[in-house]
Amino acid sequence: MAESQFMYVTYIRTTPEKLWRALTEPEFTRQFWMGTTQESEWTPGASWRIMKPDGRTADSGEVLEIEPRKRLVLKWRNELFPEMTAEGYSRMTYEIEEKGETVKLTVTHIMEKSGSKFIKAVSTGWPMILASLKSLLETGESLASTRHWPEGM
Amino acid sequence: MAGDFDKTFKALVAPEPRLLLDRLHAENGQSLGQLCEGMEMTRQAVTRHLKLLEEATLVVPIWRGREKLHYLNPMPIHEIAERWIGKYERGRLRVLAELKTKLEGETNG
Repeated sequence: MAESQFMYVTYIRTTPEKLWRALTEPEFTRQFWMGTTQESEWTPGASWRIMKPDGRTADSGEVLEIEPRKRLVLKWRNELFPEMTAEGYSRMTYEIEEKGETVKLTVTHIMEKSGSKFIKAVSTGWPMILASLKSLLETGESLASTRHWPEGM
Repeated sequence: MAGDFDKTFKALVAPEPRLLLDRLHAENGQSLGQLCEGMEMTRQAVTRHLKLLEEATLVVPIWRGREKLHYLNPMPIHEIAERWIGKYERGRLRVLAELKTKLEGETNG
């Protein structure tokens, strides 16, 4: 199959509303997503970008599908590393489902290219970010290692 | 949650499911047929192990048309690591693990 794909599923004791806010609002993303903030109108077709703490764009793209508290699909390209920028756009999907007292979050990240360097790079980042997101929503505190942008990146 | 850790450890007790995870780690998104290839296990046994792995969300199925593809989900194992291996220990442990791999590689190779 000529594509690279990763899946991450985590169950979080929270509500779809809180999870949605945590994934999109700067006051939350700063805490568990390496100090980053995102900028978008959050409507279909709107541009999207995620910025490092110093304001530089780390990744950019477009909102492909959006259904607040349920589903978000982003066109996503890395802007920091030329070899990854050259791979073009990937597709990232959040799916949020309420399951009793928990919420199931599924993150899918696909690149229509086998052996993608970008997908390999994000595949080590996502588990840390998502574990920290879970910790933040369940305990009020994110994981210390995810509160700052990694040195040298 | 404690119940989730129980499921994760239970699914990983036998060597066969761990082998299936290795196969998915090498190539993600395989069908049951692909996973059965070259395995010294019946299709039924592979199905049974996959079911346990799915219940523990270590493996996530995705339907593509009529084909069910299996993807490795790193989250449960990451959560185990996060709970028992301190965030500050990780860097040092990674260096040690890399050293071990390198030294063992040299001995074996």
